[in-house]
Amino acid sequence: MTELSKSGAAVGEPTGTSPAPSSFLEVRDLKVHFPTDDGLVKSVDGLSFKLEKGKTLGIVGESGSGKSVTSLGIMGLHTAGQYGKRKAQISGEIWLDGTELLSADPDEVRKLRGRQMSMIFQDPLSALHPYYTIGQQIVEAYRTHHDVDKKAAKRRAVEMLERVGIPQPDKRVDSYPHEFSGGMRQRAMIAMSLVNNPELLIADEPTTALDVTVQAQILDLIRDLQKEFGSAVVVITHDLGVVAELADDILVMYGGRCVERGPAEKVFYEPRHPYTWGLLGSMPRLDREQQDRLIPVKGSPPSLINVPSGCAFNPRCPYADIPKDDLTRTVRPELTEVGSQHWAACHMSQEQRERIWTEEIAPKL
Amino acid sequence: MSETPKDAAVTIPAQSAGARLTKDAAPGETLLKVTGLQKHFPIRKGLLQRQVGAVRAVDGIDFEVKSGETLGVVGESGCGKSTMGRLITRLLEPTAGQVEFEGKDITHLGVGGMRPLRRDVQMIFQDPYSSLNPRHTIGTIIGAPFKLQNVTPEGGVKKEVQRLLSVVGLNPEHYNRYPHEFSGGQRQRIGIARALALNPKLVVADEPVSALDVSIQAQVVNLLDDLQQELGLTYVIIAHDLSVVRHVSDRIAVMYLGKIVELADRESLYKAPMHPYTKALMSAVPIPDPRRRNAKSERILLKGDVPSPISPPSGCRFHTRCWKATQICTTVEPPLVELKPGQQVACHHPENFEDQAPQDTVLLTAAKEAAALVADEVLAESAETSAAVAAEVETASAEAEAETDAETASAEAEAETDAEAATDAETASTEGETPSKEK
Repeated sequence: MTELSKSGAAVGEPTGTSPAPSSFLEVRDLKVHFPTDDGLVKSVDGLSFKLEKGKTLGIVGESGSGKSVTSLGIMGLHTAGQYGKRKAQISGEIWLDGTELLSADPDEVRKLRGRQMSMIFQDPLSALHPYYTIGQQIVEAYRTHHDVDKKAAKRRAVEMLERVGIPQPDKRVDSYPHEFSGGMRQRAMIAMSLVNNPELLIADEPTTALDVTVQAQILDLIRDLQKEFGSAVVVITHDLGVVAELADDILVMYGGRCVERGPAEKVFYEPRHPYTWGLLGSMPRLDREQQDRLIPVKGSPPSLINVPSGCAFNPRCPYADIPKDDLTRTVRPELTEVGSQHWAACHMSQEQRERIWTEEIAPKL
Repeated sequence: MSETPKDAAVTIPAQSAGARLTKDAAPGETLLKVTGLQKHFPIRKGLLQRQVGAVRAVDGIDFEVKSGETLGVVGESGCGKSTMGRLITRLLEPTAGQVEFEGKDITHLGVGGMRPLRRDVQMIFQDPYSSLNPRHTIGTIIGAPFKLQNVTPEGGVKKEVQRLLSVVGLNPEHYNRYPHEFSGGQRQRIGIARALALNPKLVVADEPVSALDVSIQAQVVNLLDDLQQELGLTYVIIAHDLSVVRHVSDRIAVMYLGKIVELADRESLYKAPMHPYTKALMSAVPIPDPRRRNAKSERILLKGDVPSPISPPSGCRFHTRCWKATQICTTVEPPLVELKPGQQVACHHPENFEDQAPQDTVLLTAAKEAAALVADEVLAESAETSAAVAAEVETASAEAEAETDAETASAEAEAETDAEAATDAETASTEGETPSKEK
């Protein structure tokens, strides 16, 4: 329970003594823990990454790997104490364009939220307010950050709806969310999140609730808008197809930590972590000849309360016995550089991994 | 059903080969036959709850499932694929049409009449969280089918349930645990064990893996595969994920707004889809390969959303989003016909094949807008292939009159590649009336 008592201090504690980074967004050793009756849930446990403007980072992982918690952490949506009396314990540093967000005044962060950084949520039906028209909601988002009258704000809303491809935007601006189809709601959400020209856009499973044909439209839209506005985009998804479409860099999460990070090409063609191999092997692919069998990862994702000691992936890893001295079960592997801008956290030597990938895994994919 | 319930009671738990031989239809025999199946959900309004319309969820579909094969059903949400699954398992009462199981008409059997058939037809549900009763142990859940059917398996219910648990890869000692103690993937295995309890012939699986994580998805897909080989099961697998469907199915039905638009074996469907919708659907699947990201030319973007099934478009239901739609598509509904052996398509202007309505060459205005979203390469390629196939068909039949047809076909193909050029004058005259007919 000692950690619990620290919780108040951990929130917004000025941990950063290090200088502001040069990157547009930099997350350093981010930890988000939730105290519960069953124990401390370590949803994110030491995550670091950088992102430049105009680039897209894809965060991939299974449910419960900490992807969404990371995004809410960046947006500063954990500290409000919405988990009853117990607050989420957040530590680390989040630098956005020279400002450290975790130690910043909540009012400061509120000014940034929606303007400099904004978010597209997974389920547009529950993220939009059913009582207000689409237009009213976009206008509210715009007027919070801009001192304009309602008419001008509404013109802006219509303009944004038109930009995201909603037909007859001047009429649809007065529609309620339930009058929109799933794809149109997601477009409206995108319009709302882009109304203030944010420099950082976080898309949390933006297409999971949509059909493939609509998904293709939305992915195209996100890509085009990014080109147009030059924002930095973080795409969070479990679908490797979606990250391959959008992301420049990919970060693979497992059990609250990053297990592999690198340029999209590297992660797809020279993955250096057994979990990434597992993800690639368990996915049936349309662009390849029919596989006889998929190669699943055995077992199921770990509990975030009792994360396996050593490498969190060790109970599911077919190669856990290769490193000597039971290293995988006792020592947690750190991210090591395996190529230019490419890191992976595994105890196996680079040569071993390279050999296993090229000889055993790649031919079967 | 020639067997009496008593006979069945003996044969079901006995998993020996001899007992199963008498029970199974020979592989390749038609197990399930569906003709003209419809399901309309009435919309009622006002004080008197008068019917003001109907959601035409399933609107006349025909197909057969042969013993031992897997039929995959794909389509976007709202196309009626789940309703179709519930109709063939008779969880819903069809509005019209016929469902035959092993030659017996089961369309309007009551609850009592269906009971013996429930042994042979089982269902796996999408959501492993809501399809298991949280207040029952998994022993009770998997044992329930035996109780309902008054079947006592050899060695007792408990022993049989434990055997089923080990078949689906769960620990038999977990007999007394509750559903909440299991993960999503494990719960889906419990659902599968329950469906297999009575050794069914046909298993209808509605989105069996879509609620699961990728790595778990693969485990369940492999399990379904193994069980089919071991137990000779017949599957109807309903899913929206085209890559999963390709992996598990022998034949695939593509549905759009309550109709089957294409029904073909796996290879033909994925190599050479004939219906424009199938082609668009497949091209929309994101390919997990960053090197192909910029190969945008392969993608066909469809305009807008699926129309409402309350008032589906006239003629071909896809004509409002199709880039090949012509006048005939708005008025005449294309029948599902077998164009190639093993490939049934309902389209006037199929891809990769000879045009079915070559006289109709003028694109609708809506189709022109839709075509703007389709890369030129795709249009050119599709025109080429259909011209090539047409030519092939012509030479094969080698008839004098065929030649003229080939000419029209290729002329039509040219017209498609640049719709504006030759037909502009014609379009101008017909365009005026086209939109009004659409409405």
